[in-house]
Amino acid sequence: MRGNFSTITKMFSAGVVAAGLLTSAPVKAADDTIKVGILHSLSGTMAISETTLKDAMLMLIDEQNAKGGLLGKKLEAVVVDPASNWPLFAEKARELISKDKVAAVFGCWTSVSRKSVLPVFSELDNILFYPVQYEGEESERNVFYTGAAPNQQAIPAVDYLMSEDGGSVKRWVLEGTDYVYPRTTNKILEAYLKAKGVAAEDIMVNYTPFGFSDWQTEVSAIKKFGSAGKKTAVVSTVNGDANVPFYKELGNQGIKAEDIPVMAFSVGEEELAGLDTAPLVGHLAAWNYFESVDTPENKKFIADWHKFIKNDKRTTNDPMEAHYIGFNMWVKAVEKAGTTDPDKVIDAMIGVSVPNLTGGYSTMMPNHHITKPVLIGEIQADGQFETVSRTPGLVMGDEWSDYLPDSKDLISDWRAPLSCGNFNVATGKCGGKGTN
Amino acid sequence: MTFIRAGLTLLFLLATLSSSGAAEADLRGIIAKFAAAKGFSEIGAVVHELAAAGDPAVERPLAALADGNLYVRKADSLVFVGKEAGESVQLSDPLSGEALGEAAKDDITKIKVNNTLRRVIRDALGTLTLGAKDPAVRIAAADTMFKTPDAANIGPLDAAIASETVASVKALLEQARAASVLVSDRPDGEKLTAIALIGARGDRDAVSLLTSVEANSTDAVRQAATAAIANINSTLAFWDAGQNIWYGISLGSVLLLAAIGLAITFGVMGVINMAHGEMVMLGAYTTFVVQQVIRTSFPDLFDWSLVIALPLAFLVAALVGLVIERGVIRFLYGRPLETLLATWGVSLILQQAVRSIFGPTNQEVGNPSWMSGSFNVGQLAITWNRLWILVFALAVFGILLYVMKRTPWGLQMRAVTANRRMAASMGIRTPWVDALTFALGSGIAGIAGVALSQIDNVSPNLGRGYIIDSFMVVVFGGVGNLWGTLVGAFSLGIVNKFLEPYAGAVLGKIVVLVLIILFIQKRPRGLFALKGRAVEA
Repeated sequence: MRGNFSTITKMFSAGVVAAGLLTSAPVKAADDTIKVGILHSLSGTMAISETTLKDAMLMLIDEQNAKGGLLGKKLEAVVVDPASNWPLFAEKARELISKDKVAAVFGCWTSVSRKSVLPVFSELDNILFYPVQYEGEESERNVFYTGAAPNQQAIPAVDYLMSEDGGSVKRWVLEGTDYVYPRTTNKILEAYLKAKGVAAEDIMVNYTPFGFSDWQTEVSAIKKFGSAGKKTAVVSTVNGDANVPFYKELGNQGIKAEDIPVMAFSVGEEELAGLDTAPLVGHLAAWNYFESVDTPENKKFIADWHKFIKNDKRTTNDPMEAHYIGFNMWVKAVEKAGTTDPDKVIDAMIGVSVPNLTGGYSTMMPNHHITKPVLIGEIQADGQFETVSRTPGLVMGDEWSDYLPDSKDLISDWRAPLSCGNFNVATGKCGGKGTN
Repeated sequence: MTFIRAGLTLLFLLATLSSSGAAEADLRGIIAKFAAAKGFSEIGAVVHELAAAGDPAVERPLAALADGNLYVRKADSLVFVGKEAGESVQLSDPLSGEALGEAAKDDITKIKVNNTLRRVIRDALGTLTLGAKDPAVRIAAADTMFKTPDAANIGPLDAAIASETVASVKALLEQARAASVLVSDRPDGEKLTAIALIGARGDRDAVSLLTSVEANSTDAVRQAATAAIANINSTLAFWDAGQNIWYGISLGSVLLLAAIGLAITFGVMGVINMAHGEMVMLGAYTTFVVQQVIRTSFPDLFDWSLVIALPLAFLVAALVGLVIERGVIRFLYGRPLETLLATWGVSLILQQAVRSIFGPTNQEVGNPSWMSGSFNVGQLAITWNRLWILVFALAVFGILLYVMKRTPWGLQMRAVTANRRMAASMGIRTPWVDALTFALGSGIAGIAGVALSQIDNVSPNLGRGYIIDSFMVVVFGGVGNLWGTLVGAFSLGIVNKFLEPYAGAVLGKIVVLVLIILFIQKRPRGLFALKGRAVEA
């Protein structure tokens, strides 16, 4: 009717320019630097979690440069924005490796984004450090998993709830968002609970879509399930944004942590920052790190982070610690190998041990997973977690769950001569397939 | 422990408030043990000992412990009640409450509690506060004792019932006593009376209690319990249906709020406005900013924050809407595909702009006190925030209907929609009517954001979650008809909530989508099709 084409073009190009300005452009590089790729979404739905990790990586690289760099060269961060778009993750990974020639990549959050970049990393033979807790059932030569495997988070969490300290829970609600991580984790947990003698009618599994916001029906179903005269707990793999309305509804319907505690695997300090935590006091989370952990390393890390981000209200969280561990391991392995050549670094990585932030050492195991302590924390009124239980020693990441029929015979060992991520001990052959 | 608890309650109920100096010294001795207690079991032992002292004065330290406000000073191992104030903690005496100066956080250690300990403390406080002056505290005590029945509670409860004057509290105390009778070794006759009393209570807690009784008791009692459970469950099934309808209405009110602005921009003007969700988001962020200002400058006004945010959110969103209409959309009227793409681009720009200004993380928007918690209608728990949102959605709908049907501006809007050229020849400045209509729709989306900030995340992605649902409601209800939007929102809400318990949230949503597609096949113009020239335009 009205308007003309040139106006539209102008408007569109303005939009493109504006969008371009908002995403950070990679820095031009000189030859005497070692480049490190950062592959985290800075826009779209996952930006909420991943932007923080990008900043954490920039801080770690800055600090390493202040210490004199690596192998006498300065480190240089190359930041790309895969925009929460899974196929774009693969494209950006290819760009980082082929065009920018990075020595290693730190990135991904969701399992689907990791799965999307796997072929790129094995084809172009580079290294990915993956910092988020995940469902396991995977071990790749080119990937180092610095987040928790299910046995480093889910299983100890359930053990705690079953213990007297945790309230001797007899009835279980497994509440999750409908995607691969909750589905696999709940499968493992269901098998584990049944192995511990929990009857099938005492387990309720329920899934909701991403970004779900109307929790009334689900919360009242939990209430109903909890009124069977047995101690009930909720194990929540609810992801990201859906958590805030979930906890709000729990609070409004008067479900207290003393009666039905909720144990969450995806709720950290960052998620709680958007929430009035007073009604949530006592609900639980299982991680390998809490900001409230009182160690000198952690105090320094938090102080550095506040200084770097120029905001002393910003929280730290578990995946940040995973990057901290992963980055330091990589630095150590490069120094050990004397080169950034991925093949040599991959071999040098195994056995590398660096301090974590909770007062111990984490070691890279032959299955490319690391050893970590498992902490159970209760939410406090100030939005922090108070550690109420901690595994006595370090727990080694178990990539192939012992509780799933498809994967219980599989092991992973990337050292020669086995060099296999899915070795089947029953058949003695490499190439087993897990649940995914 | 149970005997001790009963004993101390009796002591407390019978004895008057003649606390002696010696007793206080004893209490201080027990409290001092917190300093040396390691681990939850040792802290628990001290809690038991303190509760067993049977002095109402222990309520202060125990309540402080439950809230995580009990501290030990590292220098001299003295125990204090502390209140955090920035970097330091204000200390007070655990018994008298007398202020004792401040301490830096590093100089004191918090005594940790977990859920199990909190439960122990709650039970102990429940028995101790049975004779409190405030009826609300007595109700809480009776409630705790109902949920944690104990044969030893019968004595204290009898005493409390005898001296209780408020009828409603008395009824609760009698139920708590009945619960305690059921777990005692009293004769079956008494237990049957107790089951009748608890059966009459008829809620989930009663079922929970009776189920555990059913499992371990003699035949006569078991049968009575089974019958009572069946009876309660059949009543609860009726309430469940009522609950589904209420949840449906509540979801419907959220859908209505989200869609009502779109009913104007898309329904009346025909603009496929993909940036609608971002107007909702801007409203929510306005609420956040208002609350931030109130928190720092006028903390007393916090309960009014939403009322203050409403006009501001309307103005902010309406202004942005006006700019979008004047800057982009007016060039694209009649070209739906380009409008769709352009407004989608605008939505991305707005999202990223908010992300750059406020950061990608969720922002905390607090609930004013009148929007927190719930109340019961029979066995139906109604949360205040949902109820207010329903009232608000209907009020917005009513006001909008009035503007459209009863004001000259509304008349012009409808005239332009019905026949643009005729309206223009009658002297109506159609471009300005377009601009203001779009601003009105955007402004309404902004005030929807104020309400939605109470139940959803305030993040740059807030709008994304509502855009599809909003279009669904408007298309289903009939484009261009406000009543259609109302009926559409509520029917989608109720159908969704009736499907959810059976099909699950994921499948339920899919079924609703399929139903809508089928419905649109049958009636392409939605529930209430608009008649007139606009349809052909």
